[in-house]
Amino acid sequence: MAERSYTSREELDQYGFHPGVTVLAPVVCILLQAMLPKTFPWLLHLDLPLIATIFFAVSRRSPIAGAVTGTLIGLFQDGLTNHPFGVEGIAKGVVGYVAASLGFAVDIDNAINRATLVFTLSLCQSGLLYLIAHWLLGETSYQLLPVGELLSAVANSLVAIPVFYILDRFRIRD
Amino acid sequence: MESFFTRLKNPLVLIAIVLVQVIALAMQVQRPARDADGPAGGAAMESEGSAPDGQEVSLLRRWTVTAIAPLEAGVQISSSKVRGLWHDYVDLRQARQQNMALRNEVARLREEEASLAEDAAQGRRLQRLLAFREQYALTNVAAQVIGTSGSERSHVLYLDKGSADGLKPDQPVVTPDGVVGKIRDVFPHTSQLLLINDPSSGAGVILAVTRIRAIVRGTATGQVQIDDLTADSRIKVGEPVITSGGDLVFPRGLPVGTIQSIAPDPLHQPYTAITIKPAADLNRLEEVLVITASSATLPPAAAQDAATAEATAEASQRAADLVARKLPGLQPSAAAAEAAGNGAAGTAAETKGASRGSGAGTTPAAPDDPESQIGGLPGVANSGLPKPRAALHTDRFSPGATLPATEMTPGGQPESPGRAQGQATPGHQPDQQPQQP
Repeated sequence: MAERSYTSREELDQYGFHPGVTVLAPVVCILLQAMLPKTFPWLLHLDLPLIATIFFAVSRRSPIAGAVTGTLIGLFQDGLTNHPFGVEGIAKGVVGYVAASLGFAVDIDNAINRATLVFTLSLCQSGLLYLIAHWLLGETSYQLLPVGELLSAVANSLVAIPVFYILDRFRIRD
Repeated sequence: MESFFTRLKNPLVLIAIVLVQVIALAMQVQRPARDADGPAGGAAMESEGSAPDGQEVSLLRRWTVTAIAPLEAGVQISSSKVRGLWHDYVDLRQARQQNMALRNEVARLREEEASLAEDAAQGRRLQRLLAFREQYALTNVAAQVIGTSGSERSHVLYLDKGSADGLKPDQPVVTPDGVVGKIRDVFPHTSQLLLINDPSSGAGVILAVTRIRAIVRGTATGQVQIDDLTADSRIKVGEPVITSGGDLVFPRGLPVGTIQSIAPDPLHQPYTAITIKPAADLNRLEEVLVITASSATLPPAAAQDAATAEATAEASQRAADLVARKLPGLQPSAAAAEAAGNGAAGTAAETKGASRGSGAGTTPAAPDDPESQIGGLPGVANSGLPKPRAALHTDRFSPGATLPATEMTPGGQPESPGRAQGQATPGHQPDQQPQQP
């Protein structure tokens, strides 16, 4: 078994969360995502559950935990749509896995790194959703709108900075 | 082997998670729940996303909605209470500081004005809802929008009424402005409203001016489009679009929107993409009406139309009877005239059938009458070919007017039309006289 040094990034930056925060934070994100567009329709371009997925994945530094967290959040989101269960689940599961894997190599406390990570993974998720819709569901009418996806990614990365800052307060160093 | 799994533990877990969901997706797509007695017309134009879920999936969705909907309703109620508390608090502060007379008074009056304006706006909306109910005489349930799907790819809203209030899947949802969508899934105290701009949504419509029938569908970008019509110069921008009732979901005549643009559809030539601007503002819905049943009694305007149509039909019937009495030669076509008269009050399809009958000039033969068939199996209806009907104005081209080939002589003169008319032929009925001018 490989011996890990105490100062490895994984050990140094690995955080945990109170179970209440682990459950409530994604639920609040999903609730806000469902309620805010009723008053502000343009907020549909945001994806707060995606931001929560990325935050928990990069904080825990565990790809498996990231994938499971992303899958559960995605499945919860699927429950509110008219899509079959698994569309958002697969996309967010993969995003959680990739975010946790990237978290080893990136300093997640840096705001620019966080914004870049969210921007990239937001585009990744759009691509995954497109592939799922086309290949798995056979929805040929599903279109990938590059400008719209870019704007969504920018909005997500901008909103992620304050959201990460708030969620940072609930981190517990393992 | 152990080191292999240890080394690749993370990707293997991810693959397992994704694989399980892919299989679950395949099962859901393979077994969509179809309501056995659901509207066939609607089913033909709707896709996977608008159909109710299967039993297991519905259970999962019910859990999700049950977890979220009370929170949404709670936030909705508490936000209105907080607003009330805030206003009361401001009022109290103003009561205590009455010595700061004018400035505070003006501020309070302004707030009251804003509050009254809000109340008036809500009152107007409710008044329009009431007027709509009276106009269409439909049994409906007023519901409030409490949330959205939270996804820009899923145009779904949540209403604060469910099966406990009499809501069922596939019931149409409208506002006084026009059609909004239909109920997709129903839970005890919540229901899922599928908007007409969702890609899985569809509705049968008529273009109000040109009377062309079509199907509107939602697009991936949240627009409402007609994509099953070819280019037609009669269709103009600004033409209203109303429901046709053909989908058996939406009642006939509800406004859907107006044509916003007409452009060739590059992906589906030779069809055009006709974009509709929805009559209802789908992005800002607050109160909606769910039509739970059509009323048996017609509204006053529709009742007047029906009375006019009935009077017209009676007049046509009297005219047909008079013609039949005065011109006995036209008696066989009287039945057709009668049918045409009735058709005026009936549906378009019935009218079309009646006019076809009158055009032939004879009473249509029963389809299973063996005397009206040539060949076929004895005793089996519709197994042979239909016999040609006798012509009103016979000439040398009429069936049976020409001598059989065996009786013709080479170089012989053709028979005169008068003789041909007088000759009894298999397809010619002796009692039928040619129409006199």
